[in-house]
Amino acid sequence: MSFPMVEKKDLLTSVQMANFISDGFLRFDEIVPDEINQASMREIDEKRVPSHYERSGRELSGLWPESDGFGAMFRLPQVQGLIRSLVGTEPLYDHHAFHKVGPRHVEGQIWHADNIIDPRLAFDIQLFYYPHDTPREMGGTMFLPGSHLRRIHETDIGRYQNFRGQMPMVCKAGTVAVAHHGIWHCAQPNATDSMRYMFKLRINPTVRQALLWNTDDLDSPEIGNILFRNHGWYGNDDRLEYAQRIKLWRFLTDNDHYDTHYWLTRVENNPERRIAAVA
Amino acid sequence: MVRQKLLILYSATPMLTDRVGAWTLYDATGKEHHTTGDSEEPPYPSVFAAMQDGWRVIQFPAQFPAYPGMELTTSYLRWEFVLEKLEEV
Repeated sequence: MSFPMVEKKDLLTSVQMANFISDGFLRFDEIVPDEINQASMREIDEKRVPSHYERSGRELSGLWPESDGFGAMFRLPQVQGLIRSLVGTEPLYDHHAFHKVGPRHVEGQIWHADNIIDPRLAFDIQLFYYPHDTPREMGGTMFLPGSHLRRIHETDIGRYQNFRGQMPMVCKAGTVAVAHHGIWHCAQPNATDSMRYMFKLRINPTVRQALLWNTDDLDSPEIGNILFRNHGWYGNDDRLEYAQRIKLWRFLTDNDHYDTHYWLTRVENNPERRIAAVA
Repeated sequence: MVRQKLLILYSATPMLTDRVGAWTLYDATGKEHHTTGDSEEPPYPSVFAAMQDGWRVIQFPAQFPAYPGMELTTSYLRWEFVLEKLEEV
């Protein structure tokens, strides 16, 4: 089975891509129809999709072809469009998980990133799918915007509890977030009497991640300012984050000379031109 | 009997009066319970404000030059101040 052809209208825009680079994730509220949400919940209840990992490195397109829940979710044109925009064609399945937080669970999960120290410019993506309503008292995944480019190992960040600007995924059923593999996150306590579910799917690229999205707005003046978004928790590291984002934007746009606010041009200026001494 | 409360504040810069961007509280007196994501605002706007409320700074962040090749990278929050209070239980 192969994925359907992606239409241009379902691709991300350059402005959305810039937001992904600055924040480390994008969210798409209520994009999954209710029948797929209901089917997904049935697939969990009836154990019709495996909770154990499938073989890592297999083609994503062949995963769960009969599924009218989770499989149907990642085959939705809009979800296919965001996958195509971020990791291109023929992506690979890395692993999946059905995360559950039980009723009246008072402890938040430790802050972590789902990776070892990973200095690549190429990146994996993770889909976070919420098949039922997730109000704040039910927790939601807490994301830390702008944390994804930091070089840390998994739960090394477990000493932290709260950050200015942390963002809980409070959402309606059918919401999907897509995150860079390095995003810092943690499951939040569940104060309700119901089990909370979240489905996570990690996807690897097999193509060079350059200009895979709808680039009609590539020259938008918004992009430079988006790449300079200062998240409230950074402190004086903000300027280093901007440098990292510009490097990643250069990689994604295949443009080694891209810059904004003259940021890297200044520190890369190492002139060799010699001039005659004054006589 | 005395028990320790630890407050960890992450300042925007090494300056103690600067803005706090992240925070953690461990209360061994058992009076408070804290976990990830349980507050949107720090308990104090700065390390110095916490000192004015009786918290004692017991660890300062050390400052290191960047390793060659790592000048533009980021990882942990650098300006971490550990404070304590001792309380009767």
